[in-house]
Amino acid sequence: MLDFITEPLGYPFIQRALIEIVIVGTVCGLVGCFVVLRGLAFVGDALAHTVFPGVVLSYIAGRSIMIGAFAFGALTAIGIGVLSRSRRVSADSAVGVLFAAFFALGVVLISRQAGFKKDLGSLLFGNVLGVSREDVIATLIIAVIVIAVLFLLLKEFTVVAFDATMARSLGYPVFALDLVLLLLVAATIVVSLQTVGNILILALIVTPPATARLLTDRLGQMMALSVAAGVLAGVAGIFISYHADTAAGGTIVLAGTALFLLALVFAPNHGLLSTFLQRRRGYHHVHHYHPIDEAAPPGGH
Amino acid sequence: MGAGYGSTFHLGGISFQAGAGSVVGLIGPNGGGKSTLLKAVAGVIPLREGQIRLGGRPLRRNEGHIAFVPQREEVNWDFPVSAGDVVLMGRYRAAGWVRRPGAEDRRKAGAALARLGLEGKGNRHISQFSGGQQQRIFLARALVQEPRVVLLDEPFTGIDQENREVLHQVIAGFARDGVIVLIATHDLDEVAAMTTHVCCLAGRFVAFGPTASTFTPETLRATFGGQLAVFA
Repeated sequence: MLDFITEPLGYPFIQRALIEIVIVGTVCGLVGCFVVLRGLAFVGDALAHTVFPGVVLSYIAGRSIMIGAFAFGALTAIGIGVLSRSRRVSADSAVGVLFAAFFALGVVLISRQAGFKKDLGSLLFGNVLGVSREDVIATLIIAVIVIAVLFLLLKEFTVVAFDATMARSLGYPVFALDLVLLLLVAATIVVSLQTVGNILILALIVTPPATARLLTDRLGQMMALSVAAGVLAGVAGIFISYHADTAAGGTIVLAGTALFLLALVFAPNHGLLSTFLQRRRGYHHVHHYHPIDEAAPPGGH
Repeated sequence: MGAGYGSTFHLGGISFQAGAGSVVGLIGPNGGGKSTLLKAVAGVIPLREGQIRLGGRPLRRNEGHIAFVPQREEVNWDFPVSAGDVVLMGRYRAAGWVRRPGAEDRRKAGAALARLGLEGKGNRHISQFSGGQQQRIFLARALVQEPRVVLLDEPFTGIDQENREVLHQVIAGFARDGVIVLIATHDLDEVAAMTTHVCCLAGRFVAFGPTASTFTPETLRATFGGQLAVFA
């Protein structure tokens, strides 16, 4: 049993992969909470695809894919922000248009490159086992910046997510805060690109927070549990993929999905099992509604 | 002032003054502009013309003088926050950018919850309260903001007698503290009982004045047209 863990740990590429996935799981888990709470899953998916031409261009230029990816991610974030301000284009359509256009640009750029095919797979599906020491360091630096910005603006992001009307009445620059959040999502996607690739990134950003939300009603706990779920899925995925000889990216995502399904069934308050039991006990409200005693009248002024 | 959405709806020519401690009822038919006016004051939609002045100078929203109590339907009750978290949001502006609310802010939030009869329930999730209690949470948030203007959007809709009395006390308390209260409502009985002034909107600005002299059958007919039977 112990060999299950110690044997892979003997390989430096597994060690690097584990460090990488812990960093990525942490940053995805934190930023993902706001993606989920703001209903930005589609935007996140779009960002994951629109960074593709940036990746291709960086590859052609022989530079780190992070540079190109972030440039296109930032471009998308700004594009979505600006386009969705127009009343004639709905936010959804704006995202859809950019999503398809940028991904198509990547496809066209790739079609001009001979001998690119062999690397295409690792770009689309990631290659966490192939990360270099430099990649890990770059990931760490970006992750620290993203997490720092998220925590500095945590209360502002929370107000905008919960009550945009209040945020505006308080004079918060809601548009600018939204743009910063999109940029954080873009940066998160960029650092996650090498672990699971374009197609599966969304699973790292959306699944752990969705799992955490099932387990708690508090934002702070949700963020902590989301990180735990993301890191656990990542680490478990790498070990399983080593032993089962499966693709690391896909295995990580499936491990995260398994955690989500477990939470969906067994979560204490929101889980299917507990909802079922509560109903049998006579709680007819599906939404775990426990009326608190209405008696206490306020004590006046 | 004037405000509107896109090019389709525009509410213009609104002009009124309310002194400290005024309770202004915004009345009019559906689509008459009550919400538009409220949202323009809140800063949710931009002013198309004119300006809002507070204490003799143009209103600056980032000073946190405006508290907005939303309609129940407009709140995301699934958001992972407790009642105490929501009330504490009323202190965010006072805490400033980046900084977290401190012990004093928490004390004020706890005191506001207690004042509204929700003492010790700050840790519960917002979906675990009844409708009337949920409104009290948002009233507590408005209290801790220590605002100069409070905006209430249809506060009397669907609340029972007990919560109605709580609401009356809070509104009266604001007025006593010199806060201007704007209430958008369909409840004309409450307008007659609670307000010092009325502002009548029917897709256009109809009238503004003290409730005693403006809340009359004639104005109501002009505001609601044939939709309202007035028993004088």
